[in-house]
Amino acid sequence: MSENRPRSTPAPAAAPPAEALLEIVDLTLRLPGAARPVLDSVSLTVAPGEVVALVGESGSGKSTTAKAALGLFPAGAVASGSVRFDGTEVLGLTGERLRAHRADGVALVHQDPRAALNPVRRVGDFLVERGAGRAEAVELLASVGLPDPQRRVRQRPHEMSGGMLQRVVIAGALAARPRLLLADEATSALDVTTQADILALLRTLRAEHGLGLLFITHDLHLAAAYSDRVYVMYAGRVVESRTASALFTAPAHPYTRGLLTCSPTLGDTLTPLRPIPGRPPSLSDTFPGCPFVERCAEAEPTCETWSPRPVPLPDGGAAACAFVNAEPGLSPVFTAVGNRPAGRDRWAQTQADGADADEVNHA
Amino acid sequence: MTPHLLEADSLSKTYPLPGGGSHQAAADVTFTVPPGGALGIVGESGSGKTTVARMLVGLVRPDHGTIAVAGRAREPRPPRGRAARLARAREIQMVFQDPYVSLDPRLTATQCLRTALRLHDRGEAEAAELLDRVGLGPREADARPRDLSGGQRQRLAIARALAVDPRILVLDEAVAALDVSIQAQILQLLAEIRAETGVALVFVSHDLAVVRHVTDEVLVMRRGKVVERGATARVLASPDDPYTRLLLASVPTEGWDPTDTARTPLPPP
Ligand code: SF4
Repeated sequence: MSENRPRSTPAPAAAPPAEALLEIVDLTLRLPGAARPVLDSVSLTVAPGEVVALVGESGSGKSTTAKAALGLFPAGAVASGSVRFDGTEVLGLTGERLRAHRADGVALVHQDPRAALNPVRRVGDFLVERGAGRAEAVELLASVGLPDPQRRVRQRPHEMSGGMLQRVVIAGALAARPRLLLADEATSALDVTTQADILALLRTLRAEHGLGLLFITHDLHLAAAYSDRVYVMYAGRVVESRTASALFTAPAHPYTRGLLTCSPTLGDTLTPLRPIPGRPPSLSDTFPGCPFVERCAEAEPTCETWSPRPVPLPDGGAAACAFVNAEPGLSPVFTAVGNRPAGRDRWAQTQADGADADEVNHA
Repeated sequence: MTPHLLEADSLSKTYPLPGGGSHQAAADVTFTVPPGGALGIVGESGSGKTTVARMLVGLVRPDHGTIAVAGRAREPRPPRGRAARLARAREIQMVFQDPYVSLDPRLTATQCLRTALRLHDRGEAEAAELLDRVGLGPREADARPRDLSGGQRQRLAIARALAVDPRILVLDEAVAALDVSIQAQILQLLAEIRAETGVALVFVSHDLAVVRHVTDEVLVMRRGKVVERGATARVLASPDDPYTRLLLASVPTEGWDPTDTARTPLPPP
């Protein structure tokens, strides 16, 4: 049936592409007492063996999204939409089935390895608790690059450095043979050289085990350098989803561009930083239109009431901005807001100036 | 020859370890900063960069080595007498990663600045100017530290340091805990303040890209020792030391492969 479906019909959310390991569709999460949803229509996918980054500042919802993949929601949260892992809906799972999902499909690695480890127990016990045999525990420690694993299994957390402990936690995550690894700022607290080691390790593990990796970080440069695809989040929404290289070379959303131009780099020429004014919104800030409007250098009056939605880009990505250039042939962005085609005017203007679509995105 | 504003000569600090042995946190660290200059001290954990920062402001007493500001030696201990203590405070002020450390939780932003100004015999009316200077508005002026965002608290900590009218600001990972967009605002603020007041900066950070943007000269530290020094642009563009090269290779950029970094051999220190 799906083969005969007209191309213009959007795929129903219930039928994810067969290759998706994790597929989140239109996930909206409300908390009692919060003025706006913590997550608002978040959609994302991770395929087996794929490294996908989720980038955002504090309050963007990136960690909440990752926890949702585990079926973990804040107390009192009301969720709608769909979170499918390997074809199974996670949102409605309870009891034994939820435990099973958390135990063997998905593993989460946090920023602070010490929080995951019992300080008085030996490292080997930590791995055995997670389903490894004694001999396997030693193998696991060796596979995450810990020297002298025979000795390490008998050590306690205080005898190891932060970088070593993060390797132990990753070994623990692998003990359950997950297919999806969620790394929530897992290398942010580590020294840069240790971070590089751990990231190299995760890349190897992905290749060896076909692991999907959802990599949550505040560091856009790291995300773009390390991942296949990147989702940028702001105020509980995905504002841009692109391949990593497109994000570097032609960021489409003004927030993504802002993050890139305000992040210091080590390039040969020193480009002055251009800070984004204001600060990331809290859960008490509400938005009748685009949530970025107060901080956006390119905002127009229309943006105040424009309901954000992903606008497909010619390269297959999407950006939730009223003024991005939609994929040719798709309906104009502005049909839903009435007749205030400011964005199309700007588009027409630039076209008249002889610039091409990609350059408009750089503007 | 321009006289140095800050001269640190052979600063060393060794800590005893529990169960015997010792840890050399800083070994013969020597540097100078010209008036209005900006020196970066970069390194990873255990490099000794924070120990050096704390020795500068007198929070850690060096085993040996000297610190002089404008040619006058700083005593390891705070001097006796109010005038001498105030003069010492006006030499160097420090901004920490966590501004809670230096802010009184009971005082509003305005009260905090007035207290510092009064102590240094400056007009309390300058509090409003300082708040404006660091970009805090009337709403924040009446707020206590816990009611400010992380970026606002760091702005207040900077204003409080400026209230003393110091010649040198030592910043220890002062932007490390901030969101990227807020970090850029604080870096811009520091550049403006440096241009307007001529205050010199000692900027201690693990973040090479940030140091590149803030400083003129840089020291690279590893395990208590300075392994490389020079103009920031030169050191970060064509490093001589293998450790500096490793640090640079660890910074993610387009086309980066962490496996390359992991393979970079490093001689033992
Ligand atoms: S919709 Fe308007 S305010 Fe929002 S990002 Fe686009 S230009 Fe800026």
